[in-house]
Amino acid sequence: MGDTGTFLMQLWKKTASLALALALLGSASALAQTPKKGGVAQVIVTPEPPMLMQGLNQTGPTNMIAGNIYESMLRFDDKLQPMPSLAKSWKVSEDSKVFTFTLQDEVKWHDGKPFSADDVVFTLDKFLREVHPRWRPIVNNQVEKIEKTDDKTVVITMKQPFGPLLFAMEVASAPIIPKHLYEGTDYKNNPNNNTPIGTGPFKFKEWKKGSYIQLVRNPDYYLKDKPALDEVYYPFIPDAAARAVAYETGKVDVLTGGAVDIFDVPRLAKLPNTCMTTKGWEMFAPHAWITPNVRNGILGSKEFRQAMMYAIDRDFGKDVVWNGFGKIPTGPISSKTKFYSDNVKKYSYDPKKAKELVKASGYKGETIKFLGLPYGETWTRWAEAIKQNFADVGINMEIVTTDVPGWVQKTSNWDFDLTFNFLYQLGDPAIGVSRSYVSGNIAKGNPFGNVGGYSNPEADKLFADAAVAPTPEKRQELYTKVQQVLAEDLPVLWLLELEYPTIYRCNIKNLVTTGIGVNDGFRDAWKE
Amino acid sequence: MGFMSRFAANKGALVGLVLLIALLAFAVLGPWLYPTSPWRMVARPFTAPFVTDRFLLGTDTLGRDVAAGLVHGTRISILIGFVSTLVALLIGVPLGALAGYFGGWIDDALMRITEFFQTIPSFALAIVLVAVLQPSIYSIVLAIGIVSWPPVARLVRGEVLSLRTREYVQAAITVGQSTLRIIFSQVLPNTVAPIIVMASLMVASAILLESSLSFLGLGDPNLMTWGYMVGAGRTRLMDAWWISFFPGVAIFLTVLALNLVGEGLNDALNPRLSRGRE
Repeated sequence: MGDTGTFLMQLWKKTASLALALALLGSASALAQTPKKGGVAQVIVTPEPPMLMQGLNQTGPTNMIAGNIYESMLRFDDKLQPMPSLAKSWKVSEDSKVFTFTLQDEVKWHDGKPFSADDVVFTLDKFLREVHPRWRPIVNNQVEKIEKTDDKTVVITMKQPFGPLLFAMEVASAPIIPKHLYEGTDYKNNPNNNTPIGTGPFKFKEWKKGSYIQLVRNPDYYLKDKPALDEVYYPFIPDAAARAVAYETGKVDVLTGGAVDIFDVPRLAKLPNTCMTTKGWEMFAPHAWITPNVRNGILGSKEFRQAMMYAIDRDFGKDVVWNGFGKIPTGPISSKTKFYSDNVKKYSYDPKKAKELVKASGYKGETIKFLGLPYGETWTRWAEAIKQNFADVGINMEIVTTDVPGWVQKTSNWDFDLTFNFLYQLGDPAIGVSRSYVSGNIAKGNPFGNVGGYSNPEADKLFADAAVAPTPEKRQELYTKVQQVLAEDLPVLWLLELEYPTIYRCNIKNLVTTGIGVNDGFRDAWKE
Repeated sequence: MGFMSRFAANKGALVGLVLLIALLAFAVLGPWLYPTSPWRMVARPFTAPFVTDRFLLGTDTLGRDVAAGLVHGTRISILIGFVSTLVALLIGVPLGALAGYFGGWIDDALMRITEFFQTIPSFALAIVLVAVLQPSIYSIVLAIGIVSWPPVARLVRGEVLSLRTREYVQAAITVGQSTLRIIFSQVLPNTVAPIIVMASLMVASAILLESSLSFLGLGDPNLMTWGYMVGAGRTRLMDAWWISFFPGVAIFLTVLALNLVGEGLNDALNPRLSRGRE
């Protein structure tokens, strides 16, 4: 992998033709066009992020904007193959225990200070270890030491083989932050959090709360001819219909995933000079499901959970509720994520079988409460359709509505029978999948842990072994096994591999070229 | 002129009455007309209205029959309208009667409370109440009742204030009737006419309030109501107008009917106050 990276980087430098490099990277446009300099992009991100300091906050909107301010060691293409970013090359030892990153030359922070291996070591070993919920378990459990061998080289040594480490080098998982501004300070209250300083292609200019965020071109970016755009604006419009109108009237150029209701997408995609893509979410591969609280009565019964799975018309959900976007999942791992296997028990829409299983489970008609997910109309309609599916097989479900804080609180405190949830997979099952199923992650306080309470020592062991297995083949074998176990047990009811369409004006080129799409897309984007 | 003929003299009231009877008929016969759940996905989504006989008013975003939703929604709307009005009367009438009859500091205290509720925008208060109590048919009825009683209390207080000085009330006091008995048997019966008129208008505003709450997504998520249908179809207004249009018409006609009937009742029950028609 390291050699490929070096090769590509040399190619990148030597060839004048951007198009050729992109074609070799397997990315979007094969048209031989030279990027045009200048221009402003208006981009809708919703809702307004809580902050832009990506080391402290990794909610979706934060990542979409801050991913263009901060950078990490690696970027990933749509096949989740690593590409150079702050690391111009990297080497993984044969036993997957020693990772050596060689850094880019001439990188500067937005305040003009030089970037070096000290920043990387500080970020990974100190800053993120303290504040990042996903990096913390990795660095505490897997990493032996993080050290710089010279100003341009960082070596991470693992306690045991840990291949997924590369995926943790994505910008939301490990954004590199400036040591000279954060060392020895109270990270959460550091005044620099309001004026983020990164190494990325765009610099933070202004944030008018409730109105817009403005980023401007970083003239000292280490890739001399990038970025092409002068400015990127992120206006905030609270209503989905108004956001659609803003695009129609030409006020904005890009509608990121989730910015408009899914049913509005086909109409908008037909507008002139409009392109639509569902790419750019491969790293996240959002996986939607229903979590049953297995502590609550009948929901502890495997037969009953299987009955629910047979009762739900998942194709209807995909085709009608989600307007055809997405893919029906077979198990806990998304088909876009590594180590996916479809060699598992399958559940088709089968009300007859569902009825039999409902009967076999000993269900007496008690009311099961479904906590709705307050993320807009689509989720509400989905709950209504599922309620009807359940009614058809004699399962008595009642919908309870709530707001976002209410949902977070109830889900975190296991105060539900059934609820929707959707989680990012983040490239590797060890990072984004096991967290929802292993018994070690049954803890109150986080809606994205194992909130349903499923506990199976066999699954625990398979997940633990698979994370540190020495070879990809061995990992595949263990992950296939765990997918089979979970597909039989149904700790959650997988409904859909969500697809988020990005809608943009066709004259914005090279916007979505990586596995995280617009999150780091403005480095390469240009406007015709 | 008798009550019926005075009512019938108001043409609008008759139209309203006919509409209202039709609505009540729908509410009662609904389960026979559309025996299956209005939530059932029965056909292709976005079937236009008046295209097939089976789905005369078309289908919605999930392929649910709009006509079935409309008929089942009639029951809910009418139920909520009447029950929440009853709740408002149960709060407003006793408070108004006590304030008006006793006067003095009791009157002051009760009227300050009433004013307190009157100064809060009623829709905002209803939203807060429903959001705090969790949306369900009970919390909605309660919230509508709580925001609707102050005008009732003020009306009853005014009526009672003027009635308690009448001779027959004085006579009852002299005879030694208990206070409660005087309020219930001498005073309140004479306030019934204005209360009925007001209540008929309150049913209309309760239906509107419930529709507005449902429209905002604060309705009972397990009940098909008109407001919910308008709200759920709102975002598709451009390409599927019928999803919102028919329930909207239903709300309009119901509120209109109740207002017309209310006016007719006013004419019939307060002949001296009614404006001259002819």
